Amino acid sequence: MSDTIASTDAAATAGPRKGSLLVLDKRTRKRNAAEARFRLMGQIAVTIGVLALVGLLTSILMNGLSSFRQTYIQVSVYLDPAKLDKNGNRNLEDIAKVTTFGYAPLLKKALADKMAKEGISIEGLSEKDAAALISKEAPADLRRYVLAHPTSIGKTVSFNLLASGRIDGYYKGRVTMESAKLDRNVSPQQLMLADKLKADGVLTTRFNWEFFTAPDASDTRPEAAGLGVAILGSAYMMLVVLVLSLPLGVAASIYLEEFAPQNALTDLIEVNIANLAAVPSIVFGILGLAVFINFAGLPQSAPIVGGLVLTLMTLPTIIIATRAALKAVPPSIRDAALGVGASKMQSVFHHVLPLAMPGILTGTIIGLAQALGETAPLLLIGMVAFVREYPGAPPEGFFDPASALPVQVYNWTQRGDPAFVERASGAIIVLLVFLVLMNLIAIILRRRFERRW
Amino acid sequence: MNQMTEVEQKAVEMLNEPKIVARNVQVYYGDTHAIKDVDVDIPAQSVTAFIGPSGCGKSTFLRTLNRMNDTIDICRVEGDILIDGEDVYDPKVDPVQLRAKVGMVFQKPNPFPKSIYDNVAYGPRIHGLSRNKTELDEIVTSSLQKAGLWDEVKDRLDAPGTGLSGGQQQRLCIARAIAVNPEIILMDEPCSALDPIATAKVEELIDELRENYTIVIVTHSMQQAARVSQRTAFFHLGVLVEEGPTEDIFTNPHDKRTQDYITGRFG
Ligand SMILES: Nc1ncnc2c1ncn2[C@@H]1O[C@H](COP(=O)(O)OP(=O)(O)O)[C@@H](O)[C@H]1O
Ligand SMILES: [Mg+2]
Repeated sequence: MSDTIASTDAAATAGPRKGSLLVLDKRTRKRNAAEARFRLMGQIAVTIGVLALVGLLTSILMNGLSSFRQTYIQVSVYLDPAKLDKNGNRNLEDIAKVTTFGYAPLLKKALADKMAKEGISIEGLSEKDAAALISKEAPADLRRYVLAHPTSIGKTVSFNLLASGRIDGYYKGRVTMESAKLDRNVSPQQLMLADKLKADGVLTTRFNWEFFTAPDASDTRPEAAGLGVAILGSAYMMLVVLVLSLPLGVAASIYLEEFAPQNALTDLIEVNIANLAAVPSIVFGILGLAVFINFAGLPQSAPIVGGLVLTLMTLPTIIIATRAALKAVPPSIRDAALGVGASKMQSVFHHVLPLAMPGILTGTIIGLAQALGETAPLLLIGMVAFVREYPGAPPEGFFDPASALPVQVYNWTQRGDPAFVERASGAIIVLLVFLVLMNLIAIILRRRFERRW
Repeated sequence: MNQMTEVEQKAVEMLNEPKIVARNVQVYYGDTHAIKDVDVDIPAQSVTAFIGPSGCGKSTFLRTLNRMNDTIDICRVEGDILIDGEDVYDPKVDPVQLRAKVGMVFQKPNPFPKSIYDNVAYGPRIHGLSRNKTELDEIVTSSLQKAGLWDEVKDRLDAPGTGLSGGQQQRLCIARAIAVNPEIILMDEPCSALDPIATAKVEELIDELRENYTIVIVTHSMQQAARVSQRTAFFHLGVLVEEGPTEDIFTNPHDKRTQDYITGRFG
């Protein structure tokens, strides 16, 4: 024991032997330092990236999550036949003649009755001001209900009506008593009434299904604005893009990669495809406007036009990804197939394509995801128009005007009412969820195809 | 000789007629002249070895025999290559049909990333060689048996072919080639990626296959050529220097270059 200590001491005092493995030489130390620096830089870069992402997501979630909840007011409305069906014959044509203005008084009366029944009264609050708690969209909803159920006229029906945007904002922290004093659209008395109604369970907040199904609403009715038309429009466009760009892109790639002779023409095509992938998307919008709308005469704002434009935009991405995937298949597989007497096409379709499939699918879905989030070209072909009508069922629906998710986001951020900022953030969340879903599908499909072998 | 009838004479000629005849073959890769003036006769039911230093054009010449060179854009072949007296490069010949008759085994084992069964069954399937599953099973079984792989894989025909060892993979590739019932099998350095034991197995297999097939094998190993082949052709810089019975080439070469090569003075 003492021996070993003595010997190590001796070694320490004598200094390290030249060329000892236990001592780092200068070059090694320098190299290690360089490696440590590089690692640190990498870690910093990753951290910055992650922080940026987290910051972005937090801000979007903070702003947007509240759009998935909405404030409603529950009232029983007497559908007065004297107002809704003056002739008393329940003729739908006559009933349809009563505009939403005819329905507003019913709501005003219903709310006043409710307040009287519950014994709620607010000083300095007129019946009209109280009725303003209910969204301007509510009479239209009521009218739609009556037209769908004419037999309900003369009965008292309980409705869950949208509260106005300011009242909704009050429960989401956007509106306060102080801000209400300065606000032309809402008064502190109205907020007090809202609080009383809430205490009585008349006013409730629940999950906002309408956000996903309702169409867009006008500037003064943020509470009614939904993504229904935009989601449908985006889905239609993605369908068009998928159906057109996948077969076109894959066929073009296979031809270029496996069959086309190497010559000046194919070189030119190749360069052009690479360039097309780098062309700013708005250029495709101009092209779409000129070719599909002005020349071919397709309707504006239609998913078919959006889909065609996005197909043009997506094709280069798909072709480049597919060609890379085809190139990655080892040539020995092609040789093997040709060697047993398979034709070129058999070798491609039986062996090369299945092996390239994961790459092709990934490329396609990345292309689709890009197309889903694309805004600029859609603005040019009129998808930014205010559309309240749902497009019809395909295939005719492809030609009906529609909106698209990213355009809806853009559109809402342009509006004055701060409630639309919340809606826009909510729409971004929906868009992100769709993108995540698409990537998930890509991963699942990839696993599927890879597991075959 | 003059006592033979005309018919008998024809029959003898038929028997002696080489399976493959190459005359004045030139191969170019763009401007590179890779094969120059090659004339060679390859007899049926025997093993012919191509030897020579790396880059001398053995593979290139081998690939002209089943027109695998067609897949290389810049490759151009001139001269005549006859199989059973028919010009392989005749415009009427479909290379796909040709390759069913002239199978090929490559340097690196290249099984399809599919099951062992599907690897062997692929050729018969695309050529419609079986009418039903039973017949296909039979073809697969007999091909694997002929390739000497049956006993090793009979319990796991559904396992991926790529999961086999290198030597097994190469024998699987041979089974795959046999399954389409070719007359000629071309092998391009089939053992260069294998260990000595696997090599011995494949060599044994080649010797057995000789009975039913005409085999042309490229090898960089002179010992292998000596072990498996009946005839040997020595290539050097794109030229066929010398060709003859294997024994003669190794014991009594006529050309100085052949002599130098087999005595290991270059290579
Ligand atoms: N695909 C090709 N493209 C261009 N040149 C090639 C190609 N394949 C082979 N060559 C050239 O042809 C010559 C013969 O090659 P190869 O037949 O592969 O030789 P070996 O099989 O005898 O080693 C070499 O000089 C090689 O560089
Ligand atoms: Mg070679």
